Amino acid sequence: MAAAAHRIAPGGAPRVLILGATSPIARALALEYAHGGASLYLAARDTAEAARIAQDLAVRTGVAAHAGPFEAGDYAAHPELISRAAAALGGLDGVALCFGALGDEPAAHHDATAARKIIADNYTGAVSILTFAADHLEAQQSGFIIVIGSVAGERGRSRNYIYGSAKGALALFTQGMRARFARTPIHVMTVILGTVDTRMTWGRESAFLTVAPERAAALIHKAWRRRAEVVYVPFFWRFIMGVIKAIPERFFKQLKF
Amino acid sequence: MEETGQRSAQFAGDRRIAAPLKRAPLSGWGRYPRCLTDIYRPEKFAELAELITADPHALVARGAGRAYGDAALNAPGRVIDVTRFNRMLAFDDATGILRCEAGVTLGDIIDTFRPRGFFPVVTPGTRFITVGGAIAADVHGKNHHRDSSIAAHLASIDVMLASGEIRRCSPDQNADLFHATAGGMGLTGVIVEAELKLRRIATAWIESETVRAANIDHAIEIFERTDRLYDYSVGWIDCASAASALGRSIVNFGNFATLDQLDGQRRAAPLSLKPRRSLSVPIDFPGFALGPFTVTAFNELYFRTHRDTPRALVDCERFFYPLDSIRDWNRIYGASGFVQYQCAWPMAESRAGLVETLEAIARSRRASFLAVVKKFGAQDGLLSFPMPGYTLSLDFPMRPGLLPFLDQLDAMVLQRGGRLYLAKDARMSPAMFHAGYPRLAEWRAVKAAVDPNNHFSSSLSRRLEMVPA
Repeated sequence: MAAAAHRIAPGGAPRVLILGATSPIARALALEYAHGGASLYLAARDTAEAARIAQDLAVRTGVAAHAGPFEAGDYAAHPELISRAAAALGGLDGVALCFGALGDEPAAHHDATAARKIIADNYTGAVSILTFAADHLEAQQSGFIIVIGSVAGERGRSRNYIYGSAKGALALFTQGMRARFARTPIHVMTVILGTVDTRMTWGRESAFLTVAPERAAALIHKAWRRRAEVVYVPFFWRFIMGVIKAIPERFFKQLKF
Repeated sequence: MEETGQRSAQFAGDRRIAAPLKRAPLSGWGRYPRCLTDIYRPEKFAELAELITADPHALVARGAGRAYGDAALNAPGRVIDVTRFNRMLAFDDATGILRCEAGVTLGDIIDTFRPRGFFPVVTPGTRFITVGGAIAADVHGKNHHRDSSIAAHLASIDVMLASGEIRRCSPDQNADLFHATAGGMGLTGVIVEAELKLRRIATAWIESETVRAANIDHAIEIFERTDRLYDYSVGWIDCASAASALGRSIVNFGNFATLDQLDGQRRAAPLSLKPRRSLSVPIDFPGFALGPFTVTAFNELYFRTHRDTPRALVDCERFFYPLDSIRDWNRIYGASGFVQYQCAWPMAESRAGLVETLEAIARSRRASFLAVVKKFGAQDGLLSFPMPGYTLSLDFPMRPGLLPFLDQLDAMVLQRGGRLYLAKDARMSPAMFHAGYPRLAEWRAVKAAVDPNNHFSSSLSRRLEMVPA
């Protein structure tokens, strides 16, 4: 069904490039694809770590999984990554962008270098690699792009507005790209992720709202199967953010959270 | 982890540790003792060596937190949660050897390999444990009398030492480290990977038989008689019984069924099982819920509802993991938790040991809800718990007077040359431990060689003075 919906070429199972493949959500999403028979290229800064995950996918599901280096800030290497993944997989049907880092937000409030690094890690690098990925998919007139954003990108808060602005910009970029491909079969999906039980939230989690990465990945994969365009993960964040965005600015700016 | 923790200040030192630290209340499965602990949960393998070499605090690895007492607690030190290292790295169909990281759970292995016709050779009564924890406690299962503990089915263990170096050990290579690590409670280093041999199974069903034993002598006779016939055997004892019925039990044994033992429908898909429904215990039960009356009534009911049933087919999940279908079953003992007491005696002392322990429990009216008896076979390892003979495992809710009572049991066990299981212990004295584990000196020599500064220590290792001060 997924194959039909996404018009995937030979064999029916997609060939997917995962960017930032060592995050727990990326790993769990890769496993969702692998269970569906997809072949995978795991790109990450820590190649040894990506290789462990590739081995795991192969042992658990029997799919072909490759691992290779990817650095969001190494722009010159980006076109080569797309062709390397396509060569390893015998074609490329989709790209899932999963990287991102909180960085040192308190320092970045007073240090422009640290602030620019957060923007580069979460936004500029994403724009660069997605530009090459989009051209690849446009040339073949098929495929999909999944971009993992964050609820932090929905409204500026004093605690993480630099990270939030990068994620917000990424969501706008993805939205525009979706419009660019509106008259093609190419599927562009924005994921707006709530709090997931990873290092970002370790020691900061709220028991009721935090979900396991495996759960988040299952929801993302399900949304992809039904060709969703914008999806909150889990769904209740749509309502939470609806309320948060409705608070008038002069009250909102006083809130401490 | 349900608690909303807080992120605690990182040790800065000269080098930066990437993995964040969380401070939260932590306990073992028995929920006693409980203490506020700083916990790392590294997500990338490279972060592990980094924090082990950079953080000067006492460290101990923690898997699924299923040890009952304080084995994976570290009150002034720090705990490294390794559950994110749960990657399977290689599997060889011909040998059945799985290479995996230490945070992989037995349940994960079963879900992946049971449909392919493989199953762990040794499994304790829960599948929610990690491979690393299973090795550190050198766990045993219902087949110990035939197959020994999990260490007997490991091709190798990779241990990350205090220096950050990863050293591979096996019965043939660095054998002293191997025998000190299997059963070594995580104190030689962090177990990072292992090669675990899986056994072939033709079906996911156990051909099981249940026999009622009128008393402890009858139960022992059944164990001795069925020893060679069944891979798996275990007895449940009614500890509320006394006098001529002392130790009346329900003994259950079984073997994996062969294909021709299944009926048509099951034979069509012999390795698949329906997913089990699971219940959960949503709240801590109040203290009176498991008082002497309830436990006696439950034991009576349990005994009476079990008949001798020759040859029944049981789903292997239900056979091995009856309690796993009730999530958080430890909450039935209430917020103050419980202590699990598991002792073993040498063969010659086993009958007398069982009798006097059961008599002491009957007299004390501290009947245990779950009392399990099992025959052990041969055992290797420097600190591994099993010894050829019998073992008895008991649950006691944490109540006033329990600890002195358990000290009395200790004295009886010690006098007969027995010992207690470290993975379950939360309270024994150093003297009890030292007397029960005669190979401690050999273990200490290995520990001193690989971890001279005692970087790896836990609440348990300090309480039991496992390393000389």
